[in-house]
Amino acid sequence: MTQPTHASGSTSHQLAREPSGAPLRDPGDRPAQILGPDGVLAGAPGWVTPGLTRDLYRWMRLTRRLDAEAFALQRHGELGIWAQSLGQEAAQVGSVTALRPADYVFPSYREHAACLVRGVSPSQILAQWRGVSGCGWDPAARHLHAYTVVLGAHLPHATGYAMGVQRDGTDEVVTAYFGDGASSQGDANEAFNWAATCSAPVLFFCQNNQYAISTPASLQMRTPIHHRAAGFGLRSFLVDGNDVLAVHEVTREAVRHIRSGGGPAFVEAVTYRMGAHTSSDDPTRYRDQAESDAWQAKDPLSRVEKLLEAQGWWDQGFRTALDAECEALAVEVRSAVRGFGPVELDGLFDQVYARRTALLSSEKAAYADLVAGFLDEEVDDDGGPPDSLAGQARTARAFGVGVGR
Amino acid sequence: MSRLSLSAALNAGLRQVLEEDPRAIVMGEDVGPLGGVFRVTDGLSKDFGSGRVIDTPLAESSIVGTAIGLAIRGYHPICEIQFDGFVYPAFNQIVSQLAKMRARTAGKVPLPVVIRIPCGGGIGAVEHHSESNEAYFAHTAGLRVVICSDPQSGHWMLRQAMACGDPVIFYEPKRRYWDKGEVSSDLTLAPAFDRALVAREGTDATVVCYGGMVATCLEAAAVAEGEGRSLEVIDLRSLSPLDLDPVCASVRRTGRCLVVHEAPGFAGLGAEIVSGVTERCFYHLEAPVLRVTGFDLPYPPAKYENQYLPDADRVLDAVDKLLGF
Repeated sequence: MTQPTHASGSTSHQLAREPSGAPLRDPGDRPAQILGPDGVLAGAPGWVTPGLTRDLYRWMRLTRRLDAEAFALQRHGELGIWAQSLGQEAAQVGSVTALRPADYVFPSYREHAACLVRGVSPSQILAQWRGVSGCGWDPAARHLHAYTVVLGAHLPHATGYAMGVQRDGTDEVVTAYFGDGASSQGDANEAFNWAATCSAPVLFFCQNNQYAISTPASLQMRTPIHHRAAGFGLRSFLVDGNDVLAVHEVTREAVRHIRSGGGPAFVEAVTYRMGAHTSSDDPTRYRDQAESDAWQAKDPLSRVEKLLEAQGWWDQGFRTALDAECEALAVEVRSAVRGFGPVELDGLFDQVYARRTALLSSEKAAYADLVAGFLDEEVDDDGGPPDSLAGQARTARAFGVGVGR
Repeated sequence: MSRLSLSAALNAGLRQVLEEDPRAIVMGEDVGPLGGVFRVTDGLSKDFGSGRVIDTPLAESSIVGTAIGLAIRGYHPICEIQFDGFVYPAFNQIVSQLAKMRARTAGKVPLPVVIRIPCGGGIGAVEHHSESNEAYFAHTAGLRVVICSDPQSGHWMLRQAMACGDPVIFYEPKRRYWDKGEVSSDLTLAPAFDRALVAREGTDATVVCYGGMVATCLEAAAVAEGEGRSLEVIDLRSLSPLDLDPVCASVRRTGRCLVVHEAPGFAGLGAEIVSGVTERCFYHLEAPVLRVTGFDLPYPPAKYENQYLPDADRVLDAVDKLLGF
């Protein structure tokens, strides 16, 4: 580590300010870093083994491949929308691999790496983006909650879950991912305060990727995010979010602190969303190429590649096997998306309440009657152009997208 | 069987739940040693400890948000929102998270969370302490919205809400907290909590109401009886899902229907009931379905509320119109 990881309490520095009056960064704060963009290790930490480094790199490569395939599928119209994790692989992989499998994770909506590491399959991740499911996996089975799209709403959930852990007397650590934008939400700040007051075993992991859609972090806050933690009574850490080794180590330290009963902690991982907010976004409207290029030079994958190369830690066998694994993942992603098939609305009526209500029963029955009516009409179809709901339903069926519309 | 106030009957219900269900947790602002501002949680903290009766920070969104997390972990939280007008900071957690989690996870993450909200006016309170916001929540799929009207229904319905497995908005009409009635703790005698009940039988018109208005409508029916008019009063109890079967059965007999609630009328529950009754009982109706509601004003300062709230006179005036068609 080139810098101490414990960053809380350093609020006395005079903040440098941009002409707009927005904060830059406390000059006394430098994110913890082990592996620089040039691929050079700071010092020689004994725990940085070839095996660990390759393992972390593997998850980052798989995530990047998933991301690229999903983005391409969105462009082909196979996914409604996609939120790329491009550039944030180190922050996610470094942190989630520092947790135990039983540690429950509350993701936001861009934590595809965390999902993969937790054993969620690509098709399960893509189900929500394809629009065939509200959550493609079983949260309890993966100890990974569903994605939360309302910013920050899941942070009180993480605190509450951690209160349950506390009552159960286990040493599990609950981790919640969120971004710089979500840190502005009341729920985020309530959750920090609440967790501190009851000493809940929860880690708030902020991926500061610099933008909330188009709004830069400098417009979100007047102090660095991790400074806020001290005000709530959370132990805080600042780390280079593009350095997977530093993220891994800092998260391990934060988790050790929480697991040993030290109370909640906060990590700010400084990273960059290299892609758009989602596939519907156009980042060229709000950031310039020079900025993107500067962050490109800090790419979390390339620096590990340089390290592996320099240390002689990636032999041809590892490289070939990983390439093949990425290819297999890409094939799986493409076939899974095509394999989702049409959806049937009627199943949804049974998922809203513990027991279906009279209202939903009557709506389900009415819908079934409607569909049955279309089928009757289809028998009598004279082959003319569709000019009714029935016709539209037949049209939808002809294209294999179901009648749910 | 014992004679209890609504507040005490709810307290007895909570006590029973905490005794029977080790995963049940009562949480909210001032619910601990103070026993809640209406004393509904009186003595629970002393008997069950601060681990199960939790005095929370003053943060409504997180009261519901942490309850969601506790429920994911397998606990059964009962949240108290101190007053109806304070539930709005928690609105997002209730409608975007609590209500929808079961559906979006295809049933894998049920959230059995009960949110108790003292509701309605009539106690001379300051602003934000007398609101009727049931329509907001009834509009959201995934929630159950119920409201008790007397000590017995409060006691049974609260225990049933805890057992149903769904998120429940549980309204308690605060001006009835001190009304007393006979309460049996025998849950096997309780009608299903999502069923409407006939509170008084009658033949000339059907009066549909809920919560604090049930006593008002029963008072009106007693007066009407003296005037030779027989009103059937139905206590809806469950606002979502809405149990219209007993309402429609009654309207088919009486041919006339009046809906009474203290919430503002526009886009309120009454509109839903009028629509349902009209659709299902059209050929039985002798008159249009009428409503008596609070006015479409922000809830007024306390000195106005006797004029603002529907009372027996307004109900009887509407009955006159209904029977005059």
